[in-house]
Formats: sequence, C-alpha cells, structure tokens
Amino acid sequence: MQTEIVISGFGGQGVLFAGQVLSYAAMDSDKHVTWIPSYGPEMRGGTANCTVIVSEEEIGSPLVMNPKAAVVMNLPSLDKYEPLLVPDGVLIANASLIDREIKRTDLDAVMIPANEIAEEIGEKRLVNMIMLGALLAKLPVLPVEDVKLSLQNHLPERHQHTLPLNYEALHKGAEFALQGETAKV
Amino acid sequence: MAKELLKGNVAIAEAAVRAGVEAYFGYPITPQTELLEHMAKRMPELDRVFVQAESEVAAINMVYGAACTGARVMTTSSSPGVSLMMEGISYIAGTEIPMVMVDVMRGGPGLGNIAPSQGDYNQMVRGGGHGDYFPIVLAPASVQEAIDLTVLAFELAEKYRTIAVVLADGSIGQMMEPAELPEMQEVDRQTPDWATNGAKGREKRLLSSIYLQPEDEEKTNLRMLKRWMEIEANEVRFNEYFVDDAEFLVIGFGTAGRVAYSAVRAARAEGIKVGLLRPITLNPLPSERMADLAEKAKAFLVVEMNTGQMLDDVRLAVSGKAPIEFYGRLGGVVPFPDEILEQIRIMAQQPPTDTNGHARQRWFERMAVLD
Repeated sequence: MQTEIVISGFGGQGVLFAGQVLSYAAMDSDKHVTWIPSYGPEMRGGTANCTVIVSEEEIGSPLVMNPKAAVVMNLPSLDKYEPLLVPDGVLIANASLIDREIKRTDLDAVMIPANEIAEEIGEKRLVNMIMLGALLAKLPVLPVEDVKLSLQNHLPERHQHTLPLNYEALHKGAEFALQGETAKV
Repeated sequence: MAKELLKGNVAIAEAAVRAGVEAYFGYPITPQTELLEHMAKRMPELDRVFVQAESEVAAINMVYGAACTGARVMTTSSSPGVSLMMEGISYIAGTEIPMVMVDVMRGGPGLGNIAPSQGDYNQMVRGGGHGDYFPIVLAPASVQEAIDLTVLAFELAEKYRTIAVVLADGSIGQMMEPAELPEMQEVDRQTPDWATNGAKGREKRLLSSIYLQPEDEEKTNLRMLKRWMEIEANEVRFNEYFVDDAEFLVIGFGTAGRVAYSAVRAARAEGIKVGLLRPITLNPLPSERMADLAEKAKAFLVVEMNTGQMLDDVRLAVSGKAPIEFYGRLGGVVPFPDEILEQIRIMAQQPPTDTNGHARQRWFERMAVLD
C-alpha cells in the first residue's frame, strides 16, 4: 500500500518545503518515500507542486495519475487536482485564496483559511505548515508528532529558533481540520 | 552511513566527491544544475579543482587535459550540452584515457525542454562522437542506484581506460529519496604508466588520438575493441523482478523501468504472470539474458521514454524468438503506471503471435494521437 500526496500552490508558498518535511518524517519512520517537484519555469514564479509517495514497500513510479491526497494553496491548483483525486481522496484547500466551493462530494475535504490562521500566529510564511497539519489530521499517513520530530532533526541550525512557531502552525492546522469534522457530526 | 534524503543530482555529485574525484569541469544546464552547484561548493572546500567553463566545448577539453595527467576527472551535463561535448568525447575515447560523464537527459531533439526523457539512448550507447569506440553506459533508476553507479563508473573507466557514462534523466536528477552515501575515500593520486604528468627523470610519453598511418589507427581500434569485449564479458548488469514464472516480460531502463515496476506489480495483483527485466548497463546491454528469457516468454513489452531506441537492440537480442510489443512516451512526457498496466493487460488478454512487422509501427498506430 502506498499513499500519494500532491502539494501545490504559487512559488514562494513553501509547497516544495512542506513536501520535504513530510518526506523526512517518512524516512525517519523507516518508510519508503519519494519526493519529486515540478521543476520547470515555475521556479521563477507561477505554480509549483511536488508529489510525495509514502509506502511500506519499494516505490516504482514517483508520479501517479490519481493521487490519494492533495494540498492546494491556490485556485489553479484546486482546478487542476480536484478532478484527479481518487474517490474518497483527501483534499485540503486554502480558503484564504480560493473563492469557490469544492465541487466533488465524495472527497474528505477541508477548506481552511490558512493565511488568516498564519497571521493570527504572527508569521505569514507558516501557511504551508498549517496546511500540512490539516492534511495529517485527515490522512493517517504519519502522526503529527513524527513530523515535528523530523523538523527538529533536519531543520538547519540557523532555523531552529522557528521550531515553536512551526509546531504551533501544524497544531492549528490539525485542530481546524478536526473541528470541521466535529461540526459535521 | 545513515540514510539521508537526497536529490538525485546532489547525490551523484557527493558520490563523485566521496569516490575521490580530483577535478570537475562543467557548464550549468537544467535539469542537472544542482549537480554542478554542489560541486562548486564541495570541490574548493576540499582543495580540489572545480571549473565552471565558458561552454560545454571548453569543459570537455579541460576534462581531456586533466584526464591525460591520470587525475580522476568528470563532467556532467544534459542533452544539448552533451551534444556540444561530442568532439571532445571522441578525442578522449581515441586517446584511451578514463573519463566519467553524467548525462541527465531532457526532452529533445534540439533545445527541447527540461522534462525527463530517454531520447539520448542511441547517442550515448552508440558513442555519440565520431569513430570506432564503445563507452560504458550505466542507467540508474533510483537515487541510491545513481550513487552506486557513479562510484562504479570511476572504477570501470579506470580499469578499462575508457569512457563511462551515467545516463540518468530529469526525474532521477530532481527526485529526492532516502539513500546512503559511501564513506569518504582519500584521493588516490594515480600515476598510471601512460599519464603525461611531467617527464622529468623518465622517458617522455605521448598521449594523442592522431594515428596518421591507417595501420596504426587500425591497431588502436583493435586494442580498444579487445578491451570492449572484456567489458562485454564481465560487466553486464541488470535487475529482475517476478521473472521466475513470468509468461510475459516487460523491459525498461531508468525511470521507465521503475514506472514499469509499478505497473508489473499491479498486473501481478490482477493475476497476470508478468515480470520485469531492468537493464542497468545499457552498454553492454544484457542481450544474452534477453535471449534466454525469450525461450520461455510468450511475449515482450519494451517500455521507454523515447521512440523505441533500446527496442531495436532488444529485437536484435531476441532475434525473433518471441514477439515484442512497444510502449513509449516522448518529448519529456513520463508515462504513468496505469498506461503501462493497460499495455500489459492487452498483451496478456491477446498474446501477440505475429512476429512480422515492427513493434514501433504497431505502437504508433495504437497511440493514434496525431491528427
């Protein structure tokens, strides 16, 4: 069994880094993992995405036609990946930058105002960690605590002081995703 | 060493550093630029040589010069850059000196694009430059294999005084996977008995690719051929998956090979007895193994990210003993496992029996994507 996750947004939203954080956590948990970015002119602005596959066994293709989960940080990413998700897939969408509803009804979807939550925390650049936290709450691929540990283990020394804010962002994201669930019940 | 999460390009560069590469010459080009960037950082801090040349033509000739001294040298590039290097590569081959080159292939021909492709199979496997020579070509399918084959490339190049090419594609270069790097090797400053490293106190040596007398050139070509035949006898490498009871066999290398692995595993889950042969050496190709497998396989499916360049070599190896089908994606498009799975299903439901005609033609008709 493998779990495929696409993380997509504008260049600069931390899309590739969020995927790497997930990949480090998978590696540290002795799972197989691949991370592959879009590496075209996107790097110079426009949309960027990466695909992360986490698996218990050797991974073949690092790309899939129909991923299990998508974290979309802007409208073009939602338009692209909403139709591609597998039935009952997980969709985490950034409500701050997306002004339409999610069309599919078979998805486990969360519209999360990630930019507003980031501003509440006081650091706009945490949008990616908030959305990653929401993903982990919905997708049982890795526990949030493992991801926190990997951040601590792999974040360069000069960024270590940002750990508490990153942890807070992960938790706020997860909290929001689960709140939505309780509200539905 | 513990596993690290490494990008293919960086992993290849660091593997070369740890294998004791003494001098690197290159010119940036996507999708292998991180490789050169890593070298730019690492080589000076280890007091080794890094030069970003003014062009690929300059870079390969710097490699030529440095290799003549017996130093462990390498260059890396991507398709259009490699094309620019071809004159120098032929001179290096003709001078019979070791050199490691990495080609992180992208879509082509021409400027093409920066997406992953396998369109340079023919160029590298046939040598690329002019004249009679045979480079070793190694095709990694993962970040770990890219590391291992980079180290191996130095060993083989020096053992056989030949060119060894690591032929990756943009997907291998850009992908991150957990992988283990080798221990740092001391630079082992070789002074082989052919090196032109200063003749003080000894007889002078000459390294050249000029043999004005055809008989001398013929002798040289035969000497190179002899070494190549040793390589063919000793250095064939491949991986096999689910081959033992396989009725159908998929053949693919590099990224196409690992995508095919996903498809083969899915097909097995559906009960289709299919296996995968993934050549690691493209030159020499595991042709004998293909011929053996053709004795019992009902049919072959060759999968590539080109128009079927290895397909022609598989056809030669199989020599009509089994029908062969082909599936390819081109121009930088990477196939999804689902596409290959569909081809395997078609093959299993209606095993091809017709060995007439060309698999490329049948694939082209199945694709039918052109207006």
